[in-house]
Amino acid sequence: MTFLFFIFAALTLFGGIGVVVNRNPVTSAFSMILSFLGLAALFIQLNAYLVGVLQILVYAGAIMVLFLFIIMLLDIPKAENKRFPVFTLGASVVVVVSFVTLVIAVITKSGVGAAKLPAIEAQKGPGQSDVHQIGELLFSTYWFPVQIVAVLLLVATVGVVVLSKRELK
Amino acid sequence: MESALTLDHFLIVSGFLFAIGLAGVLVRRNIIVIFMCLELMLSAANLTLVAFSRFNVHEGQPSYEGHVLLFFIITVAAAEVAVGLAIIVALYRSRETTDVGKLNTMKN
Repeated sequence: MTFLFFIFAALTLFGGIGVVVNRNPVTSAFSMILSFLGLAALFIQLNAYLVGVLQILVYAGAIMVLFLFIIMLLDIPKAENKRFPVFTLGASVVVVVSFVTLVIAVITKSGVGAAKLPAIEAQKGPGQSDVHQIGELLFSTYWFPVQIVAVLLLVATVGVVVLSKRELK
Repeated sequence: MESALTLDHFLIVSGFLFAIGLAGVLVRRNIIVIFMCLELMLSAANLTLVAFSRFNVHEGQPSYEGHVLLFFIITVAAAEVAVGLAIIVALYRSRETTDVGKLNTMKN
């Protein structure tokens, strides 16, 4: 269990590093798919089966296909051949190192993270699965946000069509 | 089964993933790669949400509110990517570049 966690965490982080380091955007996109697969495995390890499947279907599937489609459509020149500017590189190293230090300091000092993975009871029957529980919450407590999200998706679709029209006045 | 994993493990992986995304946003010049790094940061936040909801066990079941929030985040992220990529395509049509260094004015 712990062994699998480290494998998938490493997969996630190396995929993330690949996105940043690769010069070719297509390679970046494929590294990102790798990273999302590792992340989905981490979700499944946290007993979030529906979320893990959604991560693969929506992120690694739909969103990354969209990215690859746009990258190939725009036909971007092979890479940014210039080196990264020293100032930008230095500034980002400072920002990232201080952020990581902050996160680790907060996590270790607060003691909230020391909690062991608590056992959850075996699921009794089909009504107890996480899909069932999430569905019940979505269509009872959170029915209004679901409606809002439906409108948001419609607005996004219309917006994309309007933006993609060639004669944008 | 008692597992050796703690909340720390997941939070630190999430923090590192967020830091990688942040580094990408700051360092890269290609607007599409910057957008991908933004998605990476969003996913890091998702991992934190799922970890906290899994460790908040109540009557033998994890709290599913975090999963519901994640469902909404994934939906909004999908809409955001669609609109963002449409904007990038429109930008590329008028400027013929995806380098953020050259995209420094709103008007032509």
